[in-house]
Amino acid sequence: MATQGYQHVICDPTKCIGCRMCEYACSATKTGAFDPSLSRIRVVRIEPITMTAITCRLCADAPCITACPRDALTRSEKNGAILVDEDKCDGCGWCVEACDFGAVVLNPATRNAEICNLCEDQPEGPRCVQFCPKDALILATPEVLRQQARREIVARLFEELAAED
Amino acid sequence: MYSYSGRILHVDATTRQSRVQEVSAEFLKKYLGGVGLASKLVYDNTPKGCDPLGPDNALCFAISAFAGTTMPVGTKHGVASKSPLTGFIGDSLSGSHFSEMIKRAGWDGLVIKGAAPEWVVVFIDDDDVQFLDATRYLGMGTIESQQAIRRDLGDENIRVSSIGPAGENLIRYAMIDNDGRQVGRTGNGAVMGSKKVKAIAIRGSKPITVADPEGLLQETLKLIEVSQGSATQKYRVLGTPTNVLNMNAMGTLPTRNFSETTFEHAEKVSGEYMKEHYTVKAVGCSGCSIACEQWAAVKEGKYKGAIAGLDYESLFALGPNCGIGELPPIIHLAQRCDELGMDTMSAGVVVSWAMECYERGILSKEDCDGLELKFGNDEAAAALVEKIAKREGIGDLLAEGTKRASEKVGKGSEHFAMQVKGLEMPGYDVRGMKTFAMGLAVGTRGPCHNRSLAYEADVKGEVNRFTVEPGRGKIAKEKEEYAAVFDSLVLCKFLRNCFDDFFADAARIYTMATGIPLTAEELKATGERVWTLKKAFNIREGWTKADDWLPGRCLHDPMPSGPGKGVFITEDELRMEIDDYYQARGWTNEGLIPKSKLIELGLEDIAEDVGVDNGVMSIPASAEAAASEEAN
Repeated sequence: MATQGYQHVICDPTKCIGCRMCEYACSATKTGAFDPSLSRIRVVRIEPITMTAITCRLCADAPCITACPRDALTRSEKNGAILVDEDKCDGCGWCVEACDFGAVVLNPATRNAEICNLCEDQPEGPRCVQFCPKDALILATPEVLRQQARREIVARLFEELAAED
Repeated sequence: MYSYSGRILHVDATTRQSRVQEVSAEFLKKYLGGVGLASKLVYDNTPKGCDPLGPDNALCFAISAFAGTTMPVGTKHGVASKSPLTGFIGDSLSGSHFSEMIKRAGWDGLVIKGAAPEWVVVFIDDDDVQFLDATRYLGMGTIESQQAIRRDLGDENIRVSSIGPAGENLIRYAMIDNDGRQVGRTGNGAVMGSKKVKAIAIRGSKPITVADPEGLLQETLKLIEVSQGSATQKYRVLGTPTNVLNMNAMGTLPTRNFSETTFEHAEKVSGEYMKEHYTVKAVGCSGCSIACEQWAAVKEGKYKGAIAGLDYESLFALGPNCGIGELPPIIHLAQRCDELGMDTMSAGVVVSWAMECYERGILSKEDCDGLELKFGNDEAAAALVEKIAKREGIGDLLAEGTKRASEKVGKGSEHFAMQVKGLEMPGYDVRGMKTFAMGLAVGTRGPCHNRSLAYEADVKGEVNRFTVEPGRGKIAKEKEEYAAVFDSLVLCKFLRNCFDDFFADAARIYTMATGIPLTAEELKATGERVWTLKKAFNIREGWTKADDWLPGRCLHDPMPSGPGKGVFITEDELRMEIDDYYQARGWTNEGLIPKSKLIELGLEDIAEDVGVDNGVMSIPASAEAAASEEAN
């Protein structure tokens, strides 16, 4: 699934320790209580040591938007986040089924779909990124990730060459 | 009520009945959670003198006041019952997601009594308690059974605590595993097995509300930052295996069943060597900002494919202590103990005791089912661990723990059965750590580095670790109480150097979470209350002064090498330290608790049960002698 040039929250699985601090922080920010079932970022752990966090990837041609029968989902012009119109959404869950990443939450209390909005109302940006103790989460565009990967691989190559001398 | 629910769930496995006990904020403030609350539940729900493996024993779980919030390292739970190893309080802690789920199901604690006629999984789905047939999970390893139960219930969010074959077969040091973390020590897995409960599965749907969410989030951010710094470097970089070389340099690394104190292969089983060659990932418990758990994997050779989260205690017990000087077999042994569901520490010390018996001719090759049980024989150790879990051949003897096994075998093997009260010792040779020597002797759950932090005085050079003098008792008392506060809040002790003023900071954050006012002084007093409650349980169950003692090897065999070569702790030294400790605690010469002390600590409800009348206290003879010497 291609992504546009928007920033989204990305997890580095080699750094993720599976602590779920992001789930606690997200749910507390969005609901005022600690309730990981309403967290818009979720940690997946496959025993023993495979773990990473997944949230909305801000897909181009987002299938959740297409799937919504009530046109309740739109893309923010400001940051590309998927916005849910609370009045239009009736919690039917087609967006949940359309999302390949399991990134849409259905809140049973409000009967609304809930999707990461990049904490646009938070002064420090996404709370999950702020609370990740190991800096496994970053807010970045795919292009920034590519740049980082290139720099890291070249740096490592030169380290190895230097070590061989 | 914030954070707490004020409700304890009581489940009777015999009758399949459950009931709700309401508890007040005042009650919760007194015992906090974790070890404190679990111990109180055991005290109140077990009849005096009950059989640890009988239906009357109560297996009690208690949550942390911080579980399921962002408070770093606070998502932990305590489990306690009457220990089948010691016959005294058996309290143990585990980290991670299970604690959060107990809380989200709306409970502060669980009390499981009785014994099911057939194996069951107890499934707690918020308020609903179901008993599911566990036949299909029998014989499964710990993690394997958790995965299977989640799959069968069709919900990956369900958290499961389960026992392995060791718990099913009532190995006295069987543990309970949840998500790869363990309620490791004192045999709570055997207690669960005696109730024919293979697993407890929990699903909670309730949010956890706290009194001051934004305040708690801000405290969290501060602690996250501090806990990436020098205060936790040791744990984050190498994990606790960093202790291997430290202990070896101090001459306190238990080697070959504590017969030696330095290990010639220490380098090859060190945290440093592990990091370089075997560590593949650091993993954290739920809500952890540190991630001490170093997962090590073997990529080639005889043990190819072995993978385990390896900490210092597992490493010492299954490695140097068994004379095994390479990491691959140690990783394999730790993995098998975890899967079979037995405490790595007790298992290692039991195996090393059997090895010494073999080397001394006390156990023959025939006695050992044909195994050549020499120190360093990793294949024999691996075979033995499997036999123990099945109680097969010699495994049946060793499944009883070193105390019972050595009493049965005799021939002087009690001298080197490295246990106190029936629990196997942790990874420190206390002949070279004399404050901690007393700390291990007087421990309420047996010898424990987690319940008594007295080793800090020896390791940090606060005292001369090769000598004793009056005053060590007070040091041990304070370190026990400090630990008891962490274990009851619950917070992981690896955060302990991250606070400006621990009692004040922790009390403030506790109030942010629970809304219950708590001062630093009140929190500090909780440590003494919890420790005394546990001791009171032991007294009720028949504890006497003779139970606070050390194995013969610590008291008679000089250390053969290292900086403390030739040193051992004499019986007089230990007696003096213990007397000094009882005095510091305000107990009698016989180590009993005066009624007035229990009342002072808010334990008036048990004062009649276990307290002794005042007036029998006197200054111990040894302390008196020391005092008059000082005066001279």
